[in-house]
Amino acid sequence: MKISIQKEDFDLGTETRAISGNPKIGAVATFTGLVRDVAMTLEHYPGMTERAIGKIVDEAKSRWQVMDCTVIHRYGALEPNEQIVLVAVASAHRGDAFAACEFIMDYLKTQAPFWKKEQGTEGPRWVEAKASDDKAAERWK
Amino acid sequence: MKVKVLYFASVREKLGRDAEEIELPAGVATVAGLRSHLSARGGAWADALAESRLLRAAVNQDMSKPAAAIKAGDEVAFFPPVTGG
Repeated sequence: MKISIQKEDFDLGTETRAISGNPKIGAVATFTGLVRDVAMTLEHYPGMTERAIGKIVDEAKSRWQVMDCTVIHRYGALEPNEQIVLVAVASAHRGDAFAACEFIMDYLKTQAPFWKKEQGTEGPRWVEAKASDDKAAERWK
Repeated sequence: MKVKVLYFASVREKLGRDAEEIELPAGVATVAGLRSHLSARGGAWADALAESRLLRAAVNQDMSKPAAAIKAGDEVAFFPPVTGG
């Protein structure tokens, strides 16, 4: 398991290979989130961020067969089209890998302490949380 | 009792600070109680922590409800709903 909160970019291929070594693994599902439209700065709560994501991953492991998992989330200044977040889940079969990957992403959206500030045309503004993100997390209950 | 209070994102900007240690008066023993206590400072505090604002809180780095208890030495954080991912 790897959880990394970092400024630096990441490489999907490298991360996927890193969790695919066990010959019992038959599926790796990955999700990559990108910056859409405008530049932004991401703030987070050091310490709590790693802890919150760790709890989400533990919950996923209790629900599905997760043989390995990597979550990388960037912070700091990001330009449009840059990668923000990676969730990669390795399992024996695709069903568990897909479900756990989507679950981790949905929970991360509502539970991990990150805040986006967009550099809009009228100056910087904090992005507001979306009710649709709460709904996406609630459907797993 | 003494607690450490942290502020993030728009709350931090409105208050112009990111952390402080404060001595709580007797009777302030929950997240909601601490929020009211801080809000009573008035000005930016009353604005940033107004009851009408949708805020989240964490106690010792776990998301916590308004009724959650706080004790001496705890780290309590106030912030807007999260927007990562």
